[in-house]
Amino acid sequence: MNKIKFTIDGKECFAEPGQTIMEAAKANGVYIPALCRYEGLKPAGSCRVCTVRVGRGHMAACTQPVAEGMVVENIVPDLEDMRKSLIEMLFVEGNHLCPTCQKSGNCELQALAYRYQMLVPRFPYQFPVRQVEPVGPHLLLEQNRCIQCLRCVRGVKTTDGKAVFGSVKRSGKKKIAFDRDLAAGLSADAAKKAMDQCPVGALLKKEIGFMVPIGKRKFDQKPIGSEFEDKRS
Amino acid sequence: MDRGAGWFKLMGTPKSAGTKLLSVSGDCARPGVYEVAFGLKVQDLLKMAGGLDAQAVQVGGPSGTCISRGQFERKLCFEDLPTGGSVIVIGPQRDLFEAIHNFMDFFIEESCGWCVPCRAGNILLKKKLEKITSGKGTAKDLQEIESWGKTIKAMSRCGLGQTSPNPILTTLQNFREMYEAKVRNDKDFISEFDLAAAVKAASSLTGQKLTEAHHE
Amino acid sequence: MTKPIIATASLAGCFGCHMSVLDIDAKILQLIELVEFNKSPIDDIKTFTKPCDVGLIEGGCGNSENVEVLRDFRKNCKALVAVGECAIMGGLPAMRNGIPIQECLEEAYLRCPTVDDKIIPNDEELPISLDKVYPLHEIVKIDYFLPGCPPSADLIWEALTALVGGKPLGLTYNLIKFD
Repeated sequence: MNKIKFTIDGKECFAEPGQTIMEAAKANGVYIPALCRYEGLKPAGSCRVCTVRVGRGHMAACTQPVAEGMVVENIVPDLEDMRKSLIEMLFVEGNHLCPTCQKSGNCELQALAYRYQMLVPRFPYQFPVRQVEPVGPHLLLEQNRCIQCLRCVRGVKTTDGKAVFGSVKRSGKKKIAFDRDLAAGLSADAAKKAMDQCPVGALLKKEIGFMVPIGKRKFDQKPIGSEFEDKRS
Repeated sequence: MDRGAGWFKLMGTPKSAGTKLLSVSGDCARPGVYEVAFGLKVQDLLKMAGGLDAQAVQVGGPSGTCISRGQFERKLCFEDLPTGGSVIVIGPQRDLFEAIHNFMDFFIEESCGWCVPCRAGNILLKKKLEKITSGKGTAKDLQEIESWGKTIKAMSRCGLGQTSPNPILTTLQNFREMYEAKVRNDKDFISEFDLAAAVKAASSLTGQKLTEAHHE
Repeated sequence: MTKPIIATASLAGCFGCHMSVLDIDAKILQLIELVEFNKSPIDDIKTFTKPCDVGLIEGGCGNSENVEVLRDFRKNCKALVAVGECAIMGGLPAMRNGIPIQECLEEAYLRCPTVDDKIIPNDEELPISLDKVYPLHEIVKIDYFLPGCPPSADLIWEALTALVGGKPLGLTYNLIKFD
């Protein structure tokens, strides 16, 4: 089948039919910042950080299929500032106390804030009152840090394929909930996988926090997305 | 139906053929459902419904456009003022800020919470509006509320977030002087912090009081 | 030429950011050449003796005295810098922000098993706790923000030399960290 031709920020790219802008960008070595997206999970389009511009329209790169001749704008100043403001909204919407967090240094929300050089959010801190809940024998759910990316809802399943997590309520009260019986059956390995899937420090496997020293964590030395950019140059 | 499309297209404007059902509500003598030809001036609709003294008209519901008296000559049609049919007349006795605030409450309530800009952004937008209406806004706050509104519109997943900042953005455009009158131009920063309120809980527990130095 | 004057304070913080200032090691000798210190725990000057150019503030506002000191800094300094996570967003002390202040005080002074005299301190001389810990920029205008817990000595050095030298602040990836 013929490849689809399109451009991202002027660079000529090729896509397979049916590929999303995000998938095609990746195949062409172009980084589009994203947060709720996770390799192997169905895209949710909930964080909107991967929003790109096509013509005058804005769309999430993780859910929008590529079309022939598409002219995609990605790393442009006004769009990058709007993405930065989404990161800042998430920082003030929850309680993100990085110095206390087991995921600090490996957190994708923090890594994006570093990438965008966020010194202070432009929005006022909301300081919501939220809970910490045990999820079965191996996991903790730190609601203070949850960003509603729905990765756990999409990705954490029991051995017979049942979803452990779900989403309840709406608007600013929306939060992650879970089935206690199913959670009780999650193995230590499944808990570790769930923690790795969570972009922030909301799902934590017990007893392994702060194991990697500062300086050796995922985003200590190199910005998120640099793995693409290094390859390209 | 019997008279055919040709007859129907005789009514309306070139790009908005035929008639439109309008639901007129709010501060007018004769609210109700009106069937009018597309292209009708807002002014003429107000005359029919008995709301000529309106200070503002919300065309197209909360997510539509709020127009001022100077714009009542504008026409209801896709070329000018598009509407799904909702026309809300806002009378001279109303506090327009209160109406805008109500609309924002509505959007916050209606947001499903799926995407970040709509879930978090609308709440922040409403708080900023409250800062401005409480008299603690500055010219910078006006710039920020406009910029935040544009971000929410561009980044939201569905039509709700893509239009929810409209009550603020369209009144900022059409009732600019109302906002300008609320903000302080002599200051570049006004804090919303209230020391007396912040110590109230602890102070009632211990009986301590703020000294004179605190009250400057 | 007169040297730029710097003042510093720690509000609801742990003095870790001040420690980080000292962590610039031998460069502190260079710093003394570059700037003069006024009100600061570093030289133990307790009150402002002259107007300052830069105020470095660590910690958020958790009580009435913090607010008083912060406002005093705003009055006496041309530029204010929020130094560290606590100054920027409340930091660790802000972990109490979800708990009513009454509960916090009762837990600390009435229910704590190691406290003998079970009384919530109420002397008029003592500062009054605020309902929550506030970031500095919610109370006064803050001109610059240096994140970190603490901000690294390198970041503080870069920022200070840029600020007193009137140069733009070049932030490399390694300088911005929240922990």
